[in-house]
Amino acid sequence: MFKEGQIGVYIHWPFCLSKCPYCDFNVYLRREHDAQDWLKAYLQSIRTYQSLMPGREVVSIYFGGGTPSLMAPNEVRAIIDEVTGGWGVSDQVEITLEANPTSTEMNKFEAFRQAGVNRLSLGVQSLRDEALSFLGRLHSSDDVRRALGIASKVFDRFTFDLIYARPGQTLTGWKQELQEAIPLMKGHLSAYQLTIKPGTAFARQVDRGDLKLADDDCLADFYTMTSDVMTDHGMPPYEVSNYGAAGQESRHNMVYWLYQDYVGIGPGAHGRIGYAGQKFSTEDYKRPGDWMAAVQRQGHGAHGHAPISPQDQFEEILMGGLRVKTGVDLDRAELKSGYTWCDGIDTQRLQVLVEQGWLSFERNHLSPSREGWLRVDSILPYILKAP
Amino acid sequence: MTQDLKYIRNFAIIAHIDHGKSTLADRLIQTCGGLTEREMSAQVLDSMDIERERGITIKAQTVRLLYTAKDGHEYQLNLMDTPGHVDFSYEVSRSLASCEGSILVVDSTQGVEAQTLANVYQAIDNNHEIIPALNKVDLPASDVEKARQEIEDVIGLDASEAVECSGKTGIGIDDLLEAIVTKLPPPSEGDAEKPTKALLIDSWYDAYLGVVILVRIIDGHLKKGQKIKFMNTRAEREIDRVGVFSPKPVMIDELGPGEMGFITAGIKDIEDTLVGDTITDMRKPCDTALPGFKPSVPMVFCSLFPVDMGDYEDLRDSLGKLKLNDASLHFEPEQSQALGMGFRCGFLGLLHMEIIQERLGREFDLDLIPTAPSVVYHIYRTNGEMVELYNPADMLDPVYIEHIEEPWIKATILTPDEYLGGLLQLCQERRGVQIDLTYAGGRAMLVYRLPLNEVVFDFYDRLKSISRGYASFDYELDGYDKNNLVKLEIRVNQEPVDALAMIVHRDNAESRGRQMCERLKELIPRQMFKIAIQAAIGGKVIAAEHLSALRKDVTAKCYGGDVSRKKKLLDKQKKGKAKMRQYGNVDIPQSAFINALKMGDE
Repeated sequence: MFKEGQIGVYIHWPFCLSKCPYCDFNVYLRREHDAQDWLKAYLQSIRTYQSLMPGREVVSIYFGGGTPSLMAPNEVRAIIDEVTGGWGVSDQVEITLEANPTSTEMNKFEAFRQAGVNRLSLGVQSLRDEALSFLGRLHSSDDVRRALGIASKVFDRFTFDLIYARPGQTLTGWKQELQEAIPLMKGHLSAYQLTIKPGTAFARQVDRGDLKLADDDCLADFYTMTSDVMTDHGMPPYEVSNYGAAGQESRHNMVYWLYQDYVGIGPGAHGRIGYAGQKFSTEDYKRPGDWMAAVQRQGHGAHGHAPISPQDQFEEILMGGLRVKTGVDLDRAELKSGYTWCDGIDTQRLQVLVEQGWLSFERNHLSPSREGWLRVDSILPYILKAP
Repeated sequence: MTQDLKYIRNFAIIAHIDHGKSTLADRLIQTCGGLTEREMSAQVLDSMDIERERGITIKAQTVRLLYTAKDGHEYQLNLMDTPGHVDFSYEVSRSLASCEGSILVVDSTQGVEAQTLANVYQAIDNNHEIIPALNKVDLPASDVEKARQEIEDVIGLDASEAVECSGKTGIGIDDLLEAIVTKLPPPSEGDAEKPTKALLIDSWYDAYLGVVILVRIIDGHLKKGQKIKFMNTRAEREIDRVGVFSPKPVMIDELGPGEMGFITAGIKDIEDTLVGDTITDMRKPCDTALPGFKPSVPMVFCSLFPVDMGDYEDLRDSLGKLKLNDASLHFEPEQSQALGMGFRCGFLGLLHMEIIQERLGREFDLDLIPTAPSVVYHIYRTNGEMVELYNPADMLDPVYIEHIEEPWIKATILTPDEYLGGLLQLCQERRGVQIDLTYAGGRAMLVYRLPLNEVVFDFYDRLKSISRGYASFDYELDGYDKNNLVKLEIRVNQEPVDALAMIVHRDNAESRGRQMCERLKELIPRQMFKIAIQAAIGGKVIAAEHLSALRKDVTAKCYGGDVSRKKKLLDKQKKGKAKMRQYGNVDIPQSAFINALKMGDE
């Protein structure tokens, strides 16, 4: 899918109008900064990485957050121009912006398109008003339909998120909701099971016993049904939680899963970048103030660039590779990481999983079945040899 | 100068836990000028934390008191504080053997308890003259007449001249001292001219002095520079210190016939100084050793594993340090498939085991997993040979076994009437055989024969809970008997979990097996595959549970930043694998087995 040297660029915009009870992203409510300085910091960071890793070709730019649709379209344009000005650009470049379906944001869609954005990712989460209010969203189901209507006129490609397996939700209720959502799609959907992350408002409710989640067996049923319905409508899963018609896959996310280099810019953003013959992980300072100061001091907002050992690279390749339909080629993973795969993988155990029908393993190419996806977090620790 | 035997009294204090023995002893010491009022605040004799907290004396101790009696003479009183529990019954017997009399302390608010009974009979066996002392008479709940009646009814001692006293307020202490002088006999024999003959009462390790040996001289002397010989261990040493406790250690020139005190002889290893051994002069030895010596034999076993594998070396060192002071503690390395490296330890009894476990935790800061306590079985092979089985995991294949014998105890339980029904049921459940049931003043005395392995399990806790803490319990060993015993094996995915193996009576095997299977089902986290948990005897499965497979384990999102988080988790999981044990095609965390064992304590 990707060529050697192709990269993705992730821009993290950490501000939101309100914080959702399930969200554990690095998000801040107020913008206590000067817009001008803030933009300068992004541009400076981009330039720093461009000089560090010159000659690369960008396949994707992704504005995530936070709520990047709160940015001014000219800021988005400036960032896109900076990226595409200093690096080569694939003719298939995907430029995605996350947005919420609120009225102020949907009025900016056209301006974002003109700024260079060619794909929209909408945080719909549900078509049910009571669910939206439970999830702490500021929009209504009417807003959703209006926003999706505008998006489909303005953008050739767009996607949205839904959250399911919510407390009290029944299997038939979710099937109904999903089927209502299908005509609103344009070939792509991300459907996430509600996950309670530590430190969120929901986590506190769970601790207090105010919030009860469905058990594993029930979650498995939800998952299987979702996957069946989406497949029936021509959008089979190509990753654990992502469904798309051929060609509609999120190129940006494929960069992560296929372990291409990606530059992460913005408070709390992570990156995986190769330069000087070595692969590094980067993590930007989380607090906006610290991040700004870091960029001003050193030209980028990261704590430092930590080299990743061949074995760690190999394991990261597997982590992503087992989540996608196409799977992972162990010989190519070995080549990419420099780690001999048979040193790390217990092939006997691999065989056990193949016999269970959870993995296929042919000519050293490993790919998960749907049943395998359901347990993918257990699979990797199971097949990796103990240190 | 040799002390005239006439003016020596050697006596022990016998009491049930909490009946005020130590306070009374401290009061005697204070009255004779050994302690100031301020020093009285802490109990002097029980020097270890655990001893003080639990009111148990583990090591014998002696204090020399000088008391000027009403007859105008100054008497040397050697007060012996004996270990107070049946686990240390051999040590108690040697302590008692070094005295001619005992004070039987009975709490006048409580009456006679089972433990009192056992100790007082031992004192009687040692031909002791006994002075009953009714303690705590200052308390409103004190019922002197009832206590007096119980001493007569339950023990069968004449209590008409029992001394009424209070260690706390000092009432009756003078009467008690006077009774010691007038009622207890002086040492009956003792010849200063004969070859040295002394009883080794107890010994302990002191970081500065080396091993300190508590002695009672029968004949001859012990003095500094003297070359001595331990008749049973055959060790030979030179005395470098001789002293008495006042209760502070005071060095003196020599100890003579009838006297008690301590010596040190540059000994580093407590195993050279066995309780009950006879000490004599190397050059001029006595003809015969004192009777009654026997090396200590561990009766209860359990394995100890460090929760953190990195603590293995620490555990070995700590056991070694405890062993310095406790010759009766036995241990050897053990390798368990489920729990890793640890030690199989042998103890004198349940309390001894508890004390050691508690000290390892408290003094050495070790987090340990003890396996269920077990006893020593005698396995008679089909070829007639007998082997001792210390660890259920080492059980022979049943086809080679002719029969198995297990140790029994004779248990004495004293309880208020209203709990009798529950206790009878408990003893019955534990395969007990009733020997005697008598009543005395609203209380029942129950004598049962019980298999020790049923008692080590949680008998004592059940007894206390049935009787709301009022029943008291004591036991003595009562031989081995043949029984229908089997090894109950717990298997996970057909593989035995060694640490959970146990020897049980065939009749109890099903229920114990089912219990353990259910417990493990709760404790083992669901895995990718179905897990079979079984209890089996030989090849036959007698109870089984199935843990269904995990149907879903996948995080919804894995984007840029999630990769780092998930990688950290993966590293942790990989590390955790080292702490897991593979059963069939699943890895099971050690913690599941640890918790299964912990729940056994309840």
